[in-house]
Parts: sequence; structure tokens; C-alpha cells
Amino acid sequence: MTAGTPHLPFATRAAIFARLFAVQGSWNYETLLGNGIAFAVEPALRLLPGGKGGAAYRAALARQGGYFNAHPYLASVAVGALARAELEGEAPERIERFRTACSGPLGSVGDRLIWAGWLPACALLGLLAFGLGVSSAGVVLLFLGSYNAGHAALRAWGMRVGFRDGLRVAPALGAPFLRRGPSHVARATACLAGAALPLALHAVAGPALGTFTLLLAAAALGAAALTRLHGRVEGWSLAVVGLAAFILFAAVR
Amino acid sequence: MTFAAELLPLALLGALLGLDVVSFPQAMVSRPLVSATLAGALVGQPGQGLIAGAVLELFALDTLPFGASRYPEWGTAGVVGGALFALQHDDSAAALPAAVCAALLVAWGAGWTMVALRRLIGRWAHGMRDALAQGSASAVTALQLRGLTADFVRGGAVTWLSLAVFLPLERALLSGATAGAAPSRVFLLALAGATAGSAIWRVIHTTKGARWFLAGGLAAGGGLVLAQ
Repeated sequence: MTAGTPHLPFATRAAIFARLFAVQGSWNYETLLGNGIAFAVEPALRLLPGGKGGAAYRAALARQGGYFNAHPYLASVAVGALARAELEGEAPERIERFRTACSGPLGSVGDRLIWAGWLPACALLGLLAFGLGVSSAGVVLLFLGSYNAGHAALRAWGMRVGFRDGLRVAPALGAPFLRRGPSHVARATACLAGAALPLALHAVAGPALGTFTLLLAAAALGAAALTRLHGRVEGWSLAVVGLAAFILFAAVR
Repeated sequence: MTFAAELLPLALLGALLGLDVVSFPQAMVSRPLVSATLAGALVGQPGQGLIAGAVLELFALDTLPFGASRYPEWGTAGVVGGALFALQHDDSAAALPAAVCAALLVAWGAGWTMVALRRLIGRWAHGMRDALAQGSASAVTALQLRGLTADFVRGGAVTWLSLAVFLPLERALLSGATAGAAPSRVFLLALAGATAGSAIWRVIHTTKGARWFLAGGLAAGGGLVLAQ
């Protein structure tokens, strides 16, 4: 932490960190994450001159409740930065400009790293464990443990660098794990998918190898068709129609 | 105990896991691999729940929760799918496809309830705009708590209603089903494998070298299947 960084007591840090997990608690189409950001940053605002309920506190809280969008985990970067900006008495216009400027990058970086990277990788790790015959508790614990190690670490990192760098936090979004992480995770996802899909399908289908070979071929052909039709047909909605037809056929036959 | 009351523990689980999808804490206990297993465990069959959860997870890989888009809600759907399959006899014809089909329908419907909830919270926020604009901490906290509570109630209601509809419906349909369980599973798994395969390909295909990692993984996975 630099010499000019305002002091944030441990209890305040802990309260902000805990509130970050509920940052989407009032997500809506009017202000998106806005109210959640105000809720998360509120413990820091109590340190403003005049304390809780003072003029500075109320002005800052009103500012932070406005429209805001970001990936929920990387919203921690914004919360840390905004807490510092408010405590340092930054001009409201600068704070507004920062809120507008950081929404896009915090959304796209988080989507790529978490929703399209870490989540499928951990889900495939769980499916691999299932395919290898690990117990129900083992599969659940492996998935939740691996996923949330990354999840909690990312929230904690975001809050730390956000508060450390304040409104100058943008370079932190060029951290190696955010720039190169998605590519590494994608390669791990590819490897896990290759191993997990046949094993998981085999675990549910049963031991008959002839049927399993046919199943794998059908799945591969179906995957190629769905990839080609992407945007026009969704696999899961196609499955609803197909399965409903199959069940009705089985029931009336 | 009445049928309605018997569903309450599962509805409570659905409420908690539905809350995890977006509102709190997004720890992914709402992913079908977890939610269906927990539902199965709640009715005494965690292994059955895990099987349903694994199949639903393959479908869920196709619908990752990007931004403000509408997507299926897997928390309550996983509970419904896991419970439906765990409450059937494993050898009953088409039990797994029926449970998965019901869960997919619930995921789709529950996705719409999330949209309705977001609109409702927006109306609440609009009604509280004066207090929020004045920097009222109690208004900020009240809106947050209202949103969390409403999402909890939404998840519980969706789970309870879905089980109340699909449990008797599935029993009625499956009692007349004649097709064997094995072919019905193959049909289901071909769809699930195709969906997951396509979803994974879309995520990895732009990454340099990823297709070789996929090929390596397939060789390892295929070899392990043969070894089993």
C-alpha cells in the first residue's frame, strides 16, 4: 500500500468483502448492479467526515447507487477503487467518469475468464471425477472446492488492487492472469473436456461397448451439427422437444 | 404427512440454491452437478441425484450466465431433476429422460421467473428513488434485502410447484412406458453429449493449440473407457 492510501480497518474490509457476495442481491433492469455497489461500499463510507448519515456519507451513497454494470466477481475491483476515491474526496465528476469507463472492461474480462473459462473447466473436472467413479460427495466437493478457490481469490484480489490503486486501477486489469489466463484455462478446458465427456457418458450409459461407440459417434455428429446451427438452434431446447417425444412414444407404445 | 408438506424440504433446498444463481453468493452450488446431487441426497439417493446432475450439467455447459441475457435457471431445475430421478425406480423405463426433460422445462420456466423478478425489483427501486437519491442507507439495505428475499421465495415456489406437477405426471407416464431404460439413456446421452461437445468447441476453438489438448484429452478419456 502506498503512503497516501487511506486506512481501512480490518472490520470494514471484512464487511465490504462479505457484502461483495450479495452484490447482485437487487439486480434489476433500471440500475443493474448499482444498488449492490452502494450496499458493498457502504461500510467504507461510514469513515467519511460526519460519519454515518453525514452529508458526505449520504452524497457518496447516492452516487454509488446509480447505474453500474460489471462481472459480479470483478465488481470487487470497482468497489475497492470507489471506496478509496470517496475516502480521498475525489471530485464527483471523476468518480462518475470512472464508473462509466470501468463497466465494460470489468464485464468482458470477467465473462471471458470466469463464465467462459473457469466455470466450464471446473464443471468438467467434476464430470471427470464422476466418470472415474468418485463418490457423490467427492464429486461435489471437488467441483465446489476448485471453483470457489478461484472465485474467492478473484474477489479478494479485486478488492485489494481496487483499494490500492483507486481510480488509477486500469493497469491492474492488464495483470498476466487476466490477459493470458483465459487462453491457459481454455487449453485446460479442452483437455478436461476430451477426457471427461467420454468417461461421463460411459458412466451413465453402462458397460455395453458397442452401444457406447454408437453413442459417441452420434454425440460427435450432433455436436458438429449444433455448432454449425449455433444461434438458430440451442441444444438444450432441442433436447426438450426430443425427450418429450421419446417419453410420450414410450408411454403410449 | 400430506404430499404438499412432503415437498417442503426440497422446496427449501430449491429456494437456497435458486438464490445462489444470481443473488447470493454465486458459489455455484446451484450448478446441476451439485443441486441434483443434494436433492438426491435429501431423498436418500445421492448417487441417483448425481447421475441426473451429471447429465443436466452437460446441457448446462451450453447456457453460461453471460451478462444481462436471459438464461435457464439451473438451481431449482437441478433440484427438480435430481429429486424426480432419485424418487423413481432406476429400472423403470425412461426414468432418466423423463426427469431430465422435466428439469430442462423447469430451467426454461425458472429463467422467465428471474426476468420477472428483475422487473419487480426495478419497480421497487423506482418507487424508492427519492430515498435512494438522498443517500438513505436504510433504503439501500431494504432494496437489497427485498431482492434477496424475493429471489429466495421465487426459488422455493418454482421448486415446490414443479415437483407438485411433475412428480405425479412422471409417475403416470412412466407406469405405462414400455421402452427399456438402456435405449432411452442412449438417446438422452447422445443429445447431452452433442450439446456439451458443441458448447465446449465454441469456448475453445479460437485458442491456439486447444484442439490438440482436446485430442489429447479424448485419447486419454477413450483409453480409460476401454480400460474400464
